[in-house]
Amino acid sequence: MVRLAQFDEEERNHLLNLPCPVFDTTPFVRGAVVSKARVAIISTAGLHRREDRPFVPGETGYRLIPGDVAANDLVMSHISTNFDRTGFQMDVNMVLPLDRLNELADDGEIGSVARYHYSFMGATDPTQMEDEARQLAAIMKKDGVDAVVLVPV
Amino acid sequence: MCGLAHYIEEEGLPTTLISLIWEHSEKMRPPRALWVPFDLGRPFGAPNEGVFQKDVLINVLSLLEYDNGPVLEAYPHEAPDGAGQAAEVACPVNFGPPPAEPGSTKELLQSFRAEIQKMRTWHELAEQQTQRSATGVSGLEPEAIGDLFDDFLEGRQPDIEANVQLSDLLRMAAEDIKAFYCEAIAAQPGQPRDVAGLSNWFWGQTAAALVINEMRLRCLESEEKDLLLAGKLLLVPRNQLHRFTNP
Repeated sequence: MVRLAQFDEEERNHLLNLPCPVFDTTPFVRGAVVSKARVAIISTAGLHRREDRPFVPGETGYRLIPGDVAANDLVMSHISTNFDRTGFQMDVNMVLPLDRLNELADDGEIGSVARYHYSFMGATDPTQMEDEARQLAAIMKKDGVDAVVLVPV
Repeated sequence: MCGLAHYIEEEGLPTTLISLIWEHSEKMRPPRALWVPFDLGRPFGAPNEGVFQKDVLINVLSLLEYDNGPVLEAYPHEAPDGAGQAAEVACPVNFGPPPAEPGSTKELLQSFRAEIQKMRTWHELAEQQTQRSATGVSGLEPEAIGDLFDDFLEGRQPDIEANVQLSDLLRMAAEDIKAFYCEAIAAQPGQPRDVAGLSNWFWGQTAAALVINEMRLRCLESEEKDLLLAGKLLLVPRNQLHRFTNP
């Protein structure tokens, strides 16, 4: 397990001093009832299908991941070398828990699983992703999505 | 991640997120966040632990039922044993001592190529067992990555596609080699799978790591800004750099 206090001083200071955008207010939309929600996942792990264009430094866009993607078709081209990738190598659900989401749908704990899921690459300044994120929200709404789980690495 | 939550929620779509660094979520105040005490890169705690992963997912989804926010909660459980505890990983084969004398790049590359061959059997077993591999981002097989690194370190112009930046290809190839090695060792019985153990094994005991560090040093000598960036940040993790720098 990991907490900031457990990193060595240099790494802790690096993480603490990472520039974070400041938001004056927090938007808050009343959430759907979870047992009826249609759920999509957005990862920032730099995931994509093998045939897709890899992520490169400064990338602000996202890659689309079909809900029925085969585990062996997913790769990770995030540019950072400072987080663990071995968990993903052993089990895709470590960063994109589609199997777990499908199980929750089968058990009736959520309404359904979205047709598509998405990945950005988290090394980019989030303010540079604003346009893409807003456009993506509109697309997800057309897919009937009413709850989004965001997953970092 | 918190920024994306702000933008998407502002468009009218409810979001809930996993937070790996409490302080960042506290500062950026996303609508709903569940902090988890797991390693960076492992937001669902432990691989192949479906029950545990599902519990994390249920907990993050449950934040959607709050009427007011922002909400920042802590997940109360540690990852299952073995997922986050440092442990030594025994070197799976005897590669012999990697060449240490200055100017022995050719020998180092020979050791690297031999190491790839020794890893190959275990990687084939890993692919049979798991029916997948996370390698292949660079589009190169490990042996071709050996050729690429050889060309780069010996000062030859690598033969690459026109629309690919050399710095991107070197970075992706280095990650492919790490994935190839870590998948291979994961196939061996009794090997720990924790983050620190695997990272320390790769960066402390393989010729591949020495080759990647040599590339880092060459990139730092480059006048091309993309190669310079790769050398500064994208080839060797910050927490492993101490192995390659003088005290």
